[in-house]
Amino acid sequence: MSRYEAVIGLEVHVELKTETKLFCGCSTEFGKEPNTQVCPVCLGLPGATGVLNKKAVELAVKAGLALNCEIGTNTWFDRKNYYYPDLPKGFQISQVFRPIAYKGYLDLELNGKSKRINITRAHLEEDPGKLTHAGGSIITSHCSYVDYNRSGIPLVEIVSEPEIRSGEEAKAYLEKLKAILEYAGVSDVKMEQGSLRCDANVSVRPVGSTVLGTKTEIKNMNSFRAVQRAIDYEVERQIEALMDGGRIIQETRAWDENLGVTVAMRSKENPDYRCFMEHELAPIELKTEWIEDVRATIPELPDARRKRLVEEHGLPVYDAGVITSSLDLAEFFDAALKEYPDAKTVSNWVMGELLRLLNARNLELSEAKITPGGLASLLKLIEKGAISNKMGKEVFEVMFEEGKDPDQIVKEKGLSQISDESQLNRIIAEVIAKNPKSVADFQSGKEKAIGFLVGQVMKATRGQANPGVVNAILREKLAE
Amino acid sequence: MEDRIAAYITRTREKALEQARAVDRQIRNGEKISPLAGIPVAVKDNICTDGILTTAASRMLAGFVPPYSATVVKRLEAAGATLPGKTNLDEFAMGSSTENSAFFTTRNPWDTGRVPGGSSGGSAAAVACGEAVCALGSDTGGSIRLPASFCGVIGFKPTYGAVSRYGLIAFASSLDQIGPFSRDVTDCALLLNAICGHDPLDSTSARFDVPDFTRFLVNDIRGMKIGVPEEYMAEGINSGVREVVVKAIALLESLGASVEYTNLPHTEYALSTYYLIAPAEASSNLARYDGVRYGFRAAKTSDVMDMFMKTRSQGFGAEVKRRIMLGTYALSAGYYDAYYLKALKVRTLIKEDFDRAFEKYDLLVSPVSPTTAFRCGEKTGDPLEMYLSDICTISLNLAGIPGMSIPCGFVEGMPVGLQLMGKHFDEGTLLRAAYTFEQNSDYHRAFPVL
Repeated sequence: MSRYEAVIGLEVHVELKTETKLFCGCSTEFGKEPNTQVCPVCLGLPGATGVLNKKAVELAVKAGLALNCEIGTNTWFDRKNYYYPDLPKGFQISQVFRPIAYKGYLDLELNGKSKRINITRAHLEEDPGKLTHAGGSIITSHCSYVDYNRSGIPLVEIVSEPEIRSGEEAKAYLEKLKAILEYAGVSDVKMEQGSLRCDANVSVRPVGSTVLGTKTEIKNMNSFRAVQRAIDYEVERQIEALMDGGRIIQETRAWDENLGVTVAMRSKENPDYRCFMEHELAPIELKTEWIEDVRATIPELPDARRKRLVEEHGLPVYDAGVITSSLDLAEFFDAALKEYPDAKTVSNWVMGELLRLLNARNLELSEAKITPGGLASLLKLIEKGAISNKMGKEVFEVMFEEGKDPDQIVKEKGLSQISDESQLNRIIAEVIAKNPKSVADFQSGKEKAIGFLVGQVMKATRGQANPGVVNAILREKLAE
Repeated sequence: MEDRIAAYITRTREKALEQARAVDRQIRNGEKISPLAGIPVAVKDNICTDGILTTAASRMLAGFVPPYSATVVKRLEAAGATLPGKTNLDEFAMGSSTENSAFFTTRNPWDTGRVPGGSSGGSAAAVACGEAVCALGSDTGGSIRLPASFCGVIGFKPTYGAVSRYGLIAFASSLDQIGPFSRDVTDCALLLNAICGHDPLDSTSARFDVPDFTRFLVNDIRGMKIGVPEEYMAEGINSGVREVVVKAIALLESLGASVEYTNLPHTEYALSTYYLIAPAEASSNLARYDGVRYGFRAAKTSDVMDMFMKTRSQGFGAEVKRRIMLGTYALSAGYYDAYYLKALKVRTLIKEDFDRAFEKYDLLVSPVSPTTAFRCGEKTGDPLEMYLSDICTISLNLAGIPGMSIPCGFVEGMPVGLQLMGKHFDEGTLLRAAYTFEQNSDYHRAFPVL
């Protein structure tokens, strides 16, 4: 197997966060009644001509700049002609000949190593409508419904160079891309709502070869994890086919999430889209100053932020990478850090408890009830010794679910930690009296015995004793 | 009258009366009314009218009622014009005679055995026979000027971008332009006043200072420099037509213009360039007629591809299909460079011909068409012969410059049009020359006897 390497390029469609569509004033809001956000332009009625949404151009340029692209000052739209019921004009308005952004890159951190993936182009185009097949699948349904609410929503299609070598790298690329676009504020980048969609071009070739193998295009992947699995499956499938003396057929394949396989959808013999310039729309002429104005609105991006967390706050590179992988998380971290300026501790809680609970509950950070200020208060309670670290985790979970103040939770649950020495002295005396063997063991040099004694004190206080204080008192008493 | 001319696909008598009553009320109330108030202006049936059938003379749109009006229609309504009806055309404006209408052929009021020209034949005929005072047409390769010439009326194709195309059913978007028909130059100027100007709904509509076009209605062309492109007077131009045009040019000269013969050297490539570019754009513009959303849908189809194919093969007429196939071919992989791209380059050369000519001349003049109106059926068997009717008009669309047809005489009782060609956005010079010519001739007063 190692005699082959995978060659993977990704095509990512990202919906731009505009209020209205690319060429008309219809709303882009998600999840409305079918065909309620339509007009003559996005329905392709005879005679209706569209006008370019300036905000979409701005966001596309912003996306391009955030991805280190060059920006075309003289670009235009082209028509991509093909017939499909979801395509109201019989052509898609896209940028074929001159993309608005090109020659960019993004850097991945993977297993401690950095890798640059070049971006060929990022161009503006309109989304087609959406088909729903009555009675389930496209094969079994007796009719299909078309919803044109999505028709004309602005997209940027971001095409990578075929420099990705594994499913893992593909996933890392998508995570990075998502983070950058999210930071830049150009898109919601939600795969489940379709505001980010990914197709993968996959081929394999003998290691050392510079010739590209025959590629397949993989569609229907609904999560980053699915992209990784689909690519890994496809790479293995292609290598096996070649090793068996077979050959790869150029085709479009669909990922079947349940079966964990890719299946042939249709052969793809380079369809002829008969692309040519869109004359209904004026060309897009951008002034350099305007592009610079847009550049100035781009906030700190993930790489810069990660660097800042490492250099200014001394976080390990890995922690900083995880925290900056999503804007919400990074904002949460910074806000908590402001009130509790111990970066490593905040990071441990964010990376540990917060992410654990988010993953376990399959929630977005915005859906969790805990606030950065809440986390900071909790950490202060622990620092004071009012509660133990372990109790803290219990309190954190309640904060996560209910959003209450940590003091209140501690009070309600009766969780406060006993650090008061006079109170502890009494209990410790009892424990010593009841366990003469362990006391003797410790005094004869068995260090381990102290752990048992601490445990007994914790048990007697139902875990509320401060274990550090208990340990200290015990040692003091047993040394007497 | 309409029984013999068949200018209209849809007549909107009730709407016209209602609009006229509104104008009457304004007059009674002593309100100020616009010059077009109450004037019947017919509209070509490829221009959308809210709530009124708009067919583009195609079976494909035989029942299509748009939910919106073209910008020009709204502007006419705002000016108080009334709408007598929607006029016949060649299907999707592809043709030179209205014989490609899916419904019927409009007749030339000067001889009902002859065609009115096309594609805006219904609009030209309606104005010629008095069924409308003015009309709107669209011009992609001569579709306003040719029928104006054949029917003996004024037809004006403004500069590309001067009039909004929003609501005009697209044939070839980079060439299409809406313009007026009228019986005299004054009405033409008034209509231009109403329809010209930037439209935020059409991104190709130009931002320019729209003049009051009536200020160009001046009976004086002294010192005007006029060029006559030799290529437009060469063989292929009917000798009778040439004679009438030469006489008209002599009149202009006698009125104080200087006249010189000149050259537009790439003229010979215009027709082939046009017949690559226009069909290429059309093949894409007409892709939306697939039976999914509106218009005609074929019955008894097995799946979606079958529905697309049957709908389009049954819904479109022969000439439309011919051009869709031509255009599809010209854009296909492997042919794009050799045909479409090459045509774009020649288009630039043709534009440059005009640019050079207009460095020397204020105006170019020529015949509108090599012949007068031909007989119904005379050219239907030979598409190329039909295409040649537009040999003098198509270059203007390729260059985007304004062009005008004015009545300048008769050959065997059939009207001949003189074509005036101007610089981009220099409609004024055309109007001035046309007005001066009109004040010093009486061809515009001739009326067909029906």
